[in-house]
Amino acid sequence: MGSVFRSAEMSLCQIFLQSEAAYTCVSELGELGLVQFKDLNPDVNAFQRKFVNEILRCDEMERKLRYIDKELKKDDMKIPDTGENPKAPAPKEMVDLEATFEKIESELREVNTNAEALRRNYLELSELKEVLKKTQNFFAEHGEGHHTIVDDAQNALVHDEMATTSATAVQLGFVAGVIPREKVPAFERLLWFACRGNVFLRIDEIAKPLEDPVTGDAIFKCVFIIFFQGEQLKLRVRKICEGFRATLYPCPESSQERSEMLNGVSTRLEDLNTVLHQTEDHRHRVLANCLKEIRNWIIKVKKIKAIYHTLNMCNFDVSHNSLIAECWTPVSALENVQQALSHGTELSGSTVPSILHRMHTKETPPTFFHTNKFTKVFQSIVHSYGIASYQEVNPALYTIITFPFLFAVMFGDLGHGFIMFLFGLWMVVMEKKLMSSKSDNEIWNMFFGGRYIIMLMGLFSVYTGFIYNDAFSKSLNMFGSSWHPNYSEPLLDSVETLVLDPEYEFDNVTGPYPFGLDPIWQASKNKITFTNSFKMKLSVILGIGQMLLGVMLSLVNHIYFRNPLNIFTEFIPEIVFLLCLFGYLVGLIFFKWATFTVHCSTCAPSLLIHFINMFLFSYTMPNDNFNYQCDHTNPKLTGCKATTVFYRYQNYAQIALVLGAVLCIPIMLCIKPFVLRARHNRKIRRADNLQAVSQSALIHHEEYPEEVKQILIF
Amino acid sequence: MDRKIIPAVAMTSIWGFVGIVAPIFVQFCMRGSPNKGVVQVMLVLTAACCWLFWLCAWMFQLNPLIGPSLETNFIRYIQEEWK
Repeated sequence: MGSVFRSAEMSLCQIFLQSEAAYTCVSELGELGLVQFKDLNPDVNAFQRKFVNEILRCDEMERKLRYIDKELKKDDMKIPDTGENPKAPAPKEMVDLEATFEKIESELREVNTNAEALRRNYLELSELKEVLKKTQNFFAEHGEGHHTIVDDAQNALVHDEMATTSATAVQLGFVAGVIPREKVPAFERLLWFACRGNVFLRIDEIAKPLEDPVTGDAIFKCVFIIFFQGEQLKLRVRKICEGFRATLYPCPESSQERSEMLNGVSTRLEDLNTVLHQTEDHRHRVLANCLKEIRNWIIKVKKIKAIYHTLNMCNFDVSHNSLIAECWTPVSALENVQQALSHGTELSGSTVPSILHRMHTKETPPTFFHTNKFTKVFQSIVHSYGIASYQEVNPALYTIITFPFLFAVMFGDLGHGFIMFLFGLWMVVMEKKLMSSKSDNEIWNMFFGGRYIIMLMGLFSVYTGFIYNDAFSKSLNMFGSSWHPNYSEPLLDSVETLVLDPEYEFDNVTGPYPFGLDPIWQASKNKITFTNSFKMKLSVILGIGQMLLGVMLSLVNHIYFRNPLNIFTEFIPEIVFLLCLFGYLVGLIFFKWATFTVHCSTCAPSLLIHFINMFLFSYTMPNDNFNYQCDHTNPKLTGCKATTVFYRYQNYAQIALVLGAVLCIPIMLCIKPFVLRARHNRKIRRADNLQAVSQSALIHHEEYPEEVKQILIF
Repeated sequence: MDRKIIPAVAMTSIWGFVGIVAPIFVQFCMRGSPNKGVVQVMLVLTAACCWLFWLCAWMFQLNPLIGPSLETNFIRYIQEEWK
């Protein structure tokens, strides 16, 4: 049936590569993608391997590429995805690539440092400009004319403090600066406490937020000016400003000097702005140059690194100047591997061909499944639960149908299912176009990857929607309901609701609604009770059916691996247990559906109670004149209820089933470990008898069977 | 008795066709294709699951033990329309 039924047959191969041809051959094998290399140097430290220098160089190149990538992202430049898949370049080209990356990286770093310095300068000048403007405002408020600021401040200070010593002229000093807005309250408070109210502080907000040169954030700041008297206060104020990281700016005293300084600062700011713009443009140009190439570079560097990692796993044979590699490959792909090797040897220009040599080994090969675009998504769902062992039956094959079917049993709406089907169909039909327009949106990629599953789920949901008779929560009446109420007017006038009696109102001639649930239940008040009973029984039937399928597949495995011990100690007890208890329950469900009519509805057994009583070994026998036939017998005479035995010898049959099932448990648990242990001991005894050193070495290398280890732990 | 079985016979034959006849047909049609096995398994499983699902729904309603509880207005309407 091909390799979807079981995992593909694998073979271990040895490849002899010439040193010159090794790089290109491994590159060709990598492009093929059908080979798994074994690590022949597991004990060697990563730093002692042969190609460790090349890998370090690749790491360095990757770091530079990551830096460039980060800079591109900072400028919001999206890397175009051309869909190209370039091959790994030859080792000589690696040097060229390194030089290019080095140049680009150093250029970018230089530009960035320059830009940062310029921005810092810009910030300082802007703050200085604000300080000058605001101090101009401060002193404009306190009178005009040729007052020096000292006089102004003196007035302000004297006015605030209401000091009595108005005549004495005091020498006031001041500092001006800028502080972030958040720190202002704390700043004020500390100044007040530390200087005991002997300083005068004025704060004014700067309306526009200023850009921080390092982080690029816009920070709101305030201009402050502090007036104080004396040296000690000056020192204290300076220390406090330093502590709050407020930047102080030298502010000239007279008004003219201030305006001159303001003009000078404005001109300098304009110049700086121009230079800053030019630096940004230069940076942008450098980045735009890399934009086209960077994706290819990243892929190339990744491939080079992977090739060197693979070469590290090979054995280096000094005598013949060749590398020996061991790899697993599917038997069906051996041709392709040969072709890739010869192609690689050709490309490198070496005359000595590379040799592929199949080896036989007792090791368990890795599991490999050939999947096409349809089976891939189901295989990945199954892999998320666990990967099958080598050559075990592949559950993904059955998942293709059972997964969408069980989804549909839970979904069960005709209308919504149809919409889902159309969505899946659209994605499948427009596959090529949608795949070429690659999207970064994770959610869309998830939906697109599962397009076949969505289509199948929608299709099955349409079917189950028909059976549940549920289209956008409304029922369809395609064949005519089988319930025909026939009540007289007076009866209808007297009550609000009526429960239809299956004996008189159900059409037993045409039978039940042919396809699905009867539409009359849509309008009834006890719809939920009815559908609950149906869905519970359906779940039991479907679940046990699926379990049965699984156990049968395990039988296929046991037969394939020729393991009769497993058949007797695992499969047979499993199937007996499953069928005796739950298969019996399923049988009872079908029996009750087929035989119990409304005439003996009071006798209809409650399967749940019967199942529980089966385990408790408690049986209620009916009266002696109980007729096990379900017809027009009057139930009151026979004394049967939902809990009484409903077929002859039911109690004996059920006791036998329970005992049979319980007997399977010790068989499943105990027999196999002891058999395996006895086999193992026999082997050891045989080895001791032979007394050969090589034999014991063989035994020591042979592993204790996995299953025994797991079972003996209990 | 006869009319009751018609849906059962019809559904069983449809799904029997899908699950038994079609795979045999595919066996000869897609002889060289690597996907033959997958298509056959899909057909058989689809037929088995869908037939079983239909069977449960049909048998459940074969011998109903309770009937729907309807409002009397609705019963009047049905008795008029569904003559």
